Amino acid sequence: MSFTLTTPSGFWNPLLWLLFLALFGIIAYLIYSRGNPSYKKNTEQAKPYLSGNPEPTKEKVQVKAGDIYWGFIEALKGYYKVLQAIHTGDMRDYILWYLGIGAIITFILIGGV
Amino acid sequence: MIEHLPALMIAVPLFGAFTAPLFKKHYKEVSIWAIIITGITVILSLLLAKEVVTGGIMVYVFGADKPTLVLPSGYSVPIRIMFEVDAMSAFMAISATLMSFIGALYSYSHVERETGLEKYYTLLMLLEVGILGMVLTGDLFNLFVFLEIAGIAGSALVGFRNYRGEASEAGIKYLIVSAVASLMVLFAIGILYGQYGNLNLAYIAKNVSFNMVDMIALGLLFTSFAMKCGAVPMHYWVPDAYTEVPAGINPPLLVATYASLYALFRVSFTLFANVVVDLARVGWIMSILGVLTMFIGVTMALVQKDIKRLMSYHAISQTGYMLLGVGVGLTVLHDPSKLAEFGRDAMAGGVFHIINHIIYKSLLLMTAGALFYVTGTRNLNEMGGLARKMPITAISFMVGAAAISGLPPFNGFASKLLIYETSYRLNPLLTVFAMVTSVLTLASFVKVFASAFLGPPLEKFESTREVPKPMVIAMIILAALCIIFGLFPNLVLDKLVYPAVDALINFAQYHSWGGLA
Repeated sequence: MSFTLTTPSGFWNPLLWLLFLALFGIIAYLIYSRGNPSYKKNTEQAKPYLSGNPEPTKEKVQVKAGDIYWGFIEALKGYYKVLQAIHTGDMRDYILWYLGIGAIITFILIGGV
Repeated sequence: MIEHLPALMIAVPLFGAFTAPLFKKHYKEVSIWAIIITGITVILSLLLAKEVVTGGIMVYVFGADKPTLVLPSGYSVPIRIMFEVDAMSAFMAISATLMSFIGALYSYSHVERETGLEKYYTLLMLLEVGILGMVLTGDLFNLFVFLEIAGIAGSALVGFRNYRGEASEAGIKYLIVSAVASLMVLFAIGILYGQYGNLNLAYIAKNVSFNMVDMIALGLLFTSFAMKCGAVPMHYWVPDAYTEVPAGINPPLLVATYASLYALFRVSFTLFANVVVDLARVGWIMSILGVLTMFIGVTMALVQKDIKRLMSYHAISQTGYMLLGVGVGLTVLHDPSKLAEFGRDAMAGGVFHIINHIIYKSLLLMTAGALFYVTGTRNLNEMGGLARKMPITAISFMVGAAAISGLPPFNGFASKLLIYETSYRLNPLLTVFAMVTSVLTLASFVKVFASAFLGPPLEKFESTREVPKPMVIAMIILAALCIIFGLFPNLVLDKLVYPAVDALINFAQYHSWGGLA
């Protein structure tokens, strides 16, 4: 059995890819091993520096899902306004979309376009 | 025994479903019973696939003196209920049985706190019967019957947690959508029966004359199956249903959705394959629906805060890849040079993506179910720091997320690569949308991973532990499949996917009742 998947424009061999991944892993480890050896886990070193202010509770520093990609969603506000308006959750709208798309597809198939 | 395999595929889960209520109030026993029955169907489907791949199309005529007797003496048209199993049907049957088994295994612990589990498992096995019937039948009316069985069982399972208002609402919505789609399918079947006096797929395909009424029937069938498989903009029921259904039912429900996709392919390729000019038009409609589905699905997923709803939108998005891959193949079906150059590979990408997606999306929905099981919430804003508490769930999630985003060497990559390369040949714009969708998919799963698993451990989850073993085993099996299918894509492509694609392309073979008529 061949491990190489031949595609119309090239090929894909996952084992070869893994070999490269291992090679890059070794290079990454070598760079990592040259890091600062004085770093100690679970000491004062590991605590965040907040200009002398006390560290907030874990719940407060947690980045919420709603905050992630805020900028992206804000930039596409207009697009999302339309998209979310379409998702009404109303069953009657579901059926209307079905009927509308059905009419368009049938129209195209019978040679209307 | 081998010649009765198509019938046994239906009979075994049907027997399991009808006997499950006998285990009332014996919840452990009914769970084990469902695992055994679905496990047997996995073995049967593998035997069936082996038989079909080696021996060609299998025909099973119910009630005939011999199961292979399509035309008894004196008959010129097939009249009995008939199953016709080609490699595409066998491929779908394996997906259905495997996911029903995984679903039953996961449910063993996941729904142990619920009541009425004998009904739950009865419905699960009935859902399996519906899916298997849809993919094995060679008869349009039976396709409708099994579509109804799957629709009713699926909607009852969506509303299974009826103490939640949202579950009941989602169940009713799914029921209505299924009923409307099924009725339109029945109407289209009526149109075809009125013209050709027969319900056999192969018989109608050989005689279809492609007049305006036929095209109306094709339009109705196409739209109904597109709605049932969650193509945009008829996808609205999917997030409701996938979010509310217990996570153990997500895998078979996904396959039920893709059984409709199978029906869409079967109608487009087998039933109307001889429409030389208009088939390219059907292919373009399918490809454009695919692009819309993948892009709108993923952008809607990005803004969700409910983990299962987010993943449900991804399920919609991934359906777009399958529609695009097979749509590209359908567009060039009657152009032999383009079909050989990229059409066949495009279809292989689309069909391969079906099984890949069933595996990793089931895995992801199960990890979401595991998070819900442990935290009691699906709101990502309320989760955090769970990676250390639930390491296997976290790793399973990472594998699933990498696979769905198309990262090498996981299974999603190989199928997406085929789709990218081949859709580019038809129109580069199609590929641009497909690749942007993959990037956005990865982005939204980074969001889930960061908010649910990373970050400081929250006090409220201090006593949290990993989910019970059956749930862990089900997740590990699927994660392992994501890796195996990714490392050895040729194994699946050569043994299952290309035979399935060739079965769709070589429609003349299907039309001749497997060479028996």
